[in-house]
Amino acid sequence: MPQNRSFQHRIGATRWLSPVVLLAVWEAASRLGVIPERTLAAPSSVIKSLVQMITSGELAENLVVSFWRVALGLTIGVSIGVVLALVAGLSRRGEYAIDPIIQIKRTIPALALTPLFIVWFGIGETPKVALIAFASIFPVYLNLYGGIRGVDVRLVESARSFGLSRLEQIWHVILPGALPSLLVGLRYSLSIAILMLVVAEQVNASAGLGYLVNNARDFMRTDIIVVCLLVYAALGLGADALVRAIEDRALAWRPKLIAEA
Amino acid sequence: MDARLSYFAFPDQTPVPAEPAPSVVRLRQFHRRFAENIVIDGLDLDIAEGEFVALLGRSGSGKTTLLRTLAGLDPAPEQDVQVPSSRAVVFQDARLLPWKRVWRNVALGLKGAERRERAEAALREVELGHRLEAWPLTLSGGEAQRVALARALVREPKLLLLDEPFSALDALTRLRMHQLVLDLWQRHKPAVLMVTHDVDEAIALADRVLVLDKGRIVAEERITTPRGARGDLAHGLRSRLLSVLGGDQGALTSVPPSIPSVVPFRAELAL
Repeated sequence: MPQNRSFQHRIGATRWLSPVVLLAVWEAASRLGVIPERTLAAPSSVIKSLVQMITSGELAENLVVSFWRVALGLTIGVSIGVVLALVAGLSRRGEYAIDPIIQIKRTIPALALTPLFIVWFGIGETPKVALIAFASIFPVYLNLYGGIRGVDVRLVESARSFGLSRLEQIWHVILPGALPSLLVGLRYSLSIAILMLVVAEQVNASAGLGYLVNNARDFMRTDIIVVCLLVYAALGLGADALVRAIEDRALAWRPKLIAEA
Repeated sequence: MDARLSYFAFPDQTPVPAEPAPSVVRLRQFHRRFAENIVIDGLDLDIAEGEFVALLGRSGSGKTTLLRTLAGLDPAPEQDVQVPSSRAVVFQDARLLPWKRVWRNVALGLKGAERRERAEAALREVELGHRLEAWPLTLSGGEAQRVALARALVREPKLLLLDEPFSALDALTRLRMHQLVLDLWQRHKPAVLMVTHDVDEAIALADRVLVLDKGRIVAEERITTPRGARGDLAHGLRSRLLSVLGGDQGALTSVPPSIPSVVPFRAELAL
């Protein structure tokens, strides 16, 4: 029957179906004792814990701590990255001074610096923020620098032919031309910042999401661990949505390649 | 016979006056070389106030270099080069800033409170008063080129430089643009130097046609016949210019590598 077939077709083509099935199987396996509680908590108990942690304020409290670490680290890192990229991108001398150092530093994985940062900054807030800041410099720097150098010379030339000063050329042509690249860099920086947060908070934290995870691990509370994983995922999604919102506003001039559905 | 030569429908200006108007552009023994390559060699050029000059030449003849010097894009230190400080360029590709709305592109670099009003007026002159707030990437090729014209004219330049401004447009749009450029030129009276590949375009629009070859001016034709009545003189003039340009028309086939393939066919080849 055609109606039946179209129903089947709709079910088959739905993207949310497989995750829901997975959740149901997981829940059933937990209830039947196939998956023990200490290996992985059931979805229902994860949700219960989530609600509990929200109502007690425990989640919000620690989330705020983590949020500030990311916000502070990102602000510092992105600012440094933008300034360095502007200096290196806009002047030959700046390029010679800055770019080689950054390229060398880029080869060192930021996480490998954790021990050094602990020696330098102790085990308080500073090394955590510093690690996030350090790691988020590079994506912004690399993309913005590349973006500045990739601006269409013919546009700069036409601005010059209308008598715009160097400063006006930078403001009206070079910076807006490099903005799409900066936003790509910002998006990378955001996800790296969250990655660094996870690692940094494993080191002797007394508050924050990482602290919650560590604590839960000690008591084998897999439900709380899963809640924290969900929150990390939500943070990543939120960060992405933020950059996309900025892009929509700042890059409104770009023709939409894919028509709005 | 090319339709353009008798197409223009406006009362033509008086013929070129007997005594020459003061020059706005004056080059004496201008030369430019890149490494071993001599691009322009001892060139003298005068353009009078309000004069419309067309510059023909094959690729590599030095016309782009000359235009860039007049536009102030390449400095010419220690050379006898006089160009007015108020000048504007319309490039072959309109070169609008895609992140600025149309009127802001036109107002680019203008100072003062009434910059928007001036930009609006200029855009209305090129019949784009309804696209003030549009993004440049949504414009058609002809519209973009009209915005570029408005952006040049809003500065009230003494010297307007046109760098093959119509070569990327389709034939009909190109005709409309010719008419528009002539209208605007008559109204604002800047001196115009138009670089082009198209002999008929040069004959139809200009007061004076120059042919540049190997960095020197090898031919000069002053046209006193009113625009729109140039059909009769066009034939002889065209073959004279073509012979200077390339000897034979076969040589011209290899001329325009810079011309996008969207141009259906070069008019001068079809004659």
